Amino acid sequence: MENQRSLSVPIIRVPQGRLAMWVLIAGELMIFGGLIACYLLYRLRYPEWADQAAHTSTLIGALNTIVLLTSSFTVVKAHEAANKMDLKKVVLWLSVSIGGGLLFLVNKGIEYTTEISHGFTFSSPHLQAGGDTIGSLFWSFYFFMTGLHGAHVIAGMVVMFLALLNARKGKNLHRVELAGMYWHMVDLIWIFLFPLLYIAK
Amino acid sequence: MAHTEHKQSFLSKYVFSTDHKTIGAQYTITGLFMAALGGFLAYVFRYNLAFPGENIPIFGQLAANQYNTFVTCHGMIMVFWVAMPILLAGFGNFLIPLMIGTDDMAFPKLNMLSYWTFLISAIVLVASFFVPTGAFGGAWTMYPPLSVNGYVDPNPSFFKALFYGSSLMILAVALEFTSILMGGINFVVTTINRRAPGMTPWRIPLAVWFINIATVIFMFSVGPLVAGAFMLLFDITLGTGFYDPARGGDPILFQHLFWFFGHPEVYVLLLPSLGVLGEIIPVFSRKPLFGYKKIIYLALLSAVLSVVVWAHHQFIAGIDPRMATFFSIGTILISIPFAGIFLAFMATLWGGKIKITLPMAWALGFIGLFLIGGLTGLFLGSNAFDIYAHDTYFVVAHFHYTLFPDIFFGFFAAFYFWFPKFTGKELKKGLGYLHFWLTFIFFNSTFFLLFFNGLGGQHRRINNYDLFSNINIEPYITFEKIATISAICLILSQTLFIYNFIVSWRAGKKAEKNPWQANTLEWVADSPPPHGNFETVPTVYHGAYEYSLPNMEADFLPQNVQAE
Repeated sequence: MENQRSLSVPIIRVPQGRLAMWVLIAGELMIFGGLIACYLLYRLRYPEWADQAAHTSTLIGALNTIVLLTSSFTVVKAHEAANKMDLKKVVLWLSVSIGGGLLFLVNKGIEYTTEISHGFTFSSPHLQAGGDTIGSLFWSFYFFMTGLHGAHVIAGMVVMFLALLNARKGKNLHRVELAGMYWHMVDLIWIFLFPLLYIAK
Repeated sequence: MAHTEHKQSFLSKYVFSTDHKTIGAQYTITGLFMAALGGFLAYVFRYNLAFPGENIPIFGQLAANQYNTFVTCHGMIMVFWVAMPILLAGFGNFLIPLMIGTDDMAFPKLNMLSYWTFLISAIVLVASFFVPTGAFGGAWTMYPPLSVNGYVDPNPSFFKALFYGSSLMILAVALEFTSILMGGINFVVTTINRRAPGMTPWRIPLAVWFINIATVIFMFSVGPLVAGAFMLLFDITLGTGFYDPARGGDPILFQHLFWFFGHPEVYVLLLPSLGVLGEIIPVFSRKPLFGYKKIIYLALLSAVLSVVVWAHHQFIAGIDPRMATFFSIGTILISIPFAGIFLAFMATLWGGKIKITLPMAWALGFIGLFLIGGLTGLFLGSNAFDIYAHDTYFVVAHFHYTLFPDIFFGFFAAFYFWFPKFTGKELKKGLGYLHFWLTFIFFNSTFFLLFFNGLGGQHRRINNYDLFSNINIEPYITFEKIATISAICLILSQTLFIYNFIVSWRAGKKAEKNPWQANTLEWVADSPPPHGNFETVPTVYHGAYEYSLPNMEADFLPQNVQAE
């Protein structure tokens, strides 16, 4: 029987929002985890996908990696400023981070345009007039994975923007940290997608 | 902490409420409505099986493709729109805040959003019956290529490109997952963060532990299926080829993604009910729960094992025999933790002062019936036998013997146990026992004979056995008829429950605060608990199962009462 135990056993008091964000991130990682696992299984079965991956632009991919990593850094700066109650700096660093997300999406748009104009689309492979096919299932995975990630980038930007609006009035400063956590997750997923889709050729 | 009672309009109190009890009730009642729909579908296709070609009362003729649609939607509805809302969301919302001694969920608005998303998902599913191609009819597992190309296609030239039924079903399932994910975040955060002082992890009642373990299993396993379901939706609507072998895809991939979620889902549904049993059995045995900590360790073990069993659904899908053996072993291994949990329940009963009450009757019925379901699962888990029994009525009987006790006996046990708490009224006992016995008898007479039908080689995806004279033989024809008539009686006997529910709720005798003399914190609150649950935050001094302690007059010791 344990009823003699003292009541001083501490109850975990992690801030509620942070805890929920960790749970959400765990769930999100399983979605991307499942998707990456599917991609890897196909990739191992079809080594010829390397030829398709050769059409992706490593340069823009690398640029985007730098952009995302930098914006992850600036969102940490925003968190630091929020801890010091420096509202102006919070707004500044959050705006820079949102700008990073925007730059990422612009780069992504340029990439998509080039790839689609070369005939590599979401519903590849396509049957050409001569009976050849162009593209392969690689492109379905490529567009799905980067597209889903892009949707998360947009979501992260919206979340940061809401935190920014709050911070301008000095309200809900803890949201800066939560938005930052989400943004780090977006960053982390990209760190997996970049080598899988752009570097392994 | 406790909210003051303030005036609320009907809408804000019963419809757009953020109170966890109202949301729990909304989930449960929506689930019961969907159960009525699922039961009606079962009635129609069972009638068609036993009396092929005849007019079905209140329905009429059932076409072959409608038969498929009805079977598919029956499965889908019972798992995702009955079991999930009632067992996970309903129990979780009702029990977690009350049992851990807090006023509400950690995120009440998210909780409300979760319910309304769920309601929309139910509406989307029901709407799929009314689209031009009809609801999806390719089995509830939605395997491609059936779900992609659509074989129930009355007008191929017109709707070929967009197969509405399966698209809507995937959409509905996706919304439902979103809803349960939002609810799940709430459950886990509430349990970790909002426990009453003194409610240490090893004092949390079993039901709360099990609901949380189930939630974690759900959140861990559902991710890949979310990705996989999107891939399926893209295959249907955007012309990708993820599951199309002609274009480099593989339909087996979907089966893996589906069952990677689909089998852990079985434990997601089972654990909350077992948790409820863990509350009811000690109360009516007047004994501490046997091996409380070990039961939780066993449940955690089952959570780990639940992700290495999934491919036992695919033994005939052409998977590598070595892999099949691996999953056979995993499947048989997972019976160990559950056997352990059931033994612990037996040991709790052993030597106790057993009081047979309504909740106890349902709980004991659960144990007896689930045993049959669990043991036949061992047969199906070994691939040598499964190859023979796959897609026969043996499988149907097996999973109804697991899921029916789990969903309905589990729900009714909880319902009869906590009804006095949540309404402040007593149920009519006689009616309750009549409901129990009719359900128990008709359930068995519906499904037990189907084991023999399955072993006799009766295939489960045939709508009219008259067309297959080589398997349309006695005694299986008679068994089908007995099963159908029993199923109709089973559905009809549920009207007793509805009657009892409504009459007792409106005009039942006033119930005491703690009618069963139980220990957990929900019995400390008023019946029904007001908005905010507790007048003052209770302090917890010991575990939840201190019954018949030596040197004490009362044979129970509520968690908020200090032992002398």
